[in-house]
Amino acid sequence: MSVTKIDTAEKPQFYLTEEHHPEGSTNLGFWLYIMSDCLIFAILFATYAVVGRNYAAGPSPADLFELPLVAVNTAMLLFSSITYGFAMLQMERGGKAETLFWLAVTAVFGAIFIGLELYEFVNLIHEGAGPQRSAFLSAFFTLVGTHGLHVTFGIVWLLTLMTQVAKHGLVPANKRRLMCLSMFWHFLDVVWIGVFSFVYLMGVVG
Amino acid sequence: MTTHSHTHDDHHGHSHDHHGHGGHEAAHGSFKSYMIGFVLSVILTAIPFWLVMADVFDSKSATVAAVMILGAVQIVVHMIYFLHMNTKSEGGWIMMAAIFTIVLVVICLTGSLWVMHHLNANMMTMSPEMMKNMP
Repeated sequence: MSVTKIDTAEKPQFYLTEEHHPEGSTNLGFWLYIMSDCLIFAILFATYAVVGRNYAAGPSPADLFELPLVAVNTAMLLFSSITYGFAMLQMERGGKAETLFWLAVTAVFGAIFIGLELYEFVNLIHEGAGPQRSAFLSAFFTLVGTHGLHVTFGIVWLLTLMTQVAKHGLVPANKRRLMCLSMFWHFLDVVWIGVFSFVYLMGVVG
Repeated sequence: MTTHSHTHDDHHGHSHDHHGHGGHEAAHGSFKSYMIGFVLSVILTAIPFWLVMADVFDSKSATVAAVMILGAVQIVVHMIYFLHMNTKSEGGWIMMAAIFTIVLVVICLTGSLWVMHHLNANMMTMSPEMMKNMP
């Protein structure tokens, strides 16, 4: 009897038994991830800046880009940003149904954005302006495609979190996750500002 | 903003104290701040699109400069009103990481353009037509 007692008393512990999140480190850690993601986009922007004028006797941005479509796309992403903001406000208030509603609206706007972007890509490729046409188009598809891929995964993440919130409610873990996605989603909107200013608008100006 | 975070602290302070509140403060916004950010973003998006689509300026460089400046301003607006960045969040480390990243981005962009420009300039001279036909 005494032997077992000693055993349990001296049993070494290699892990923390209670969940431990030191002072908001998730925020900073996720911010560092976003900053590293920012560097990926910086490299892609630099690539586009260097080769964006090499058309290989092919079409130039002024021939290809349809600014009204880009304007609608930009509006979709901007709307999704503000609706995600509303979702966060509802989360702070503790309204589960309202949070889910605004997250769903955000997902819809994000999906429309991706749909329009795919429509644009398909049209470009159909016109013979695919990524293999010229250095400009390679850089364009890489930059805009990477952004679109980020938004796609953001939507997947959003739907996952909606399921989580619906199942477990607005528990601290889910709030933390929603906060991270919030940073990710707004960051993608920031990158899109660079894309529409630098690639689309300045491309059409020439 | 201060009153908001204060009530949050009161609400949660006794239930679980292991969760950092100083860090959470960074991600808080109010309806008003989100709307200010949204309205500013709409204005700052609409102006460059209008400038380009309606061909407002005669000179190209003026349009390009305006688009770039408005884009930069909008990025700052997003950082403040949507990403809730300030100098105090996470003890200043968020801002430090952001400044470090901005420095890296600037070095990367200007460095690439500078080096590649000189590379082009030192190659055989090219006419604009040849330049256009470059792969």
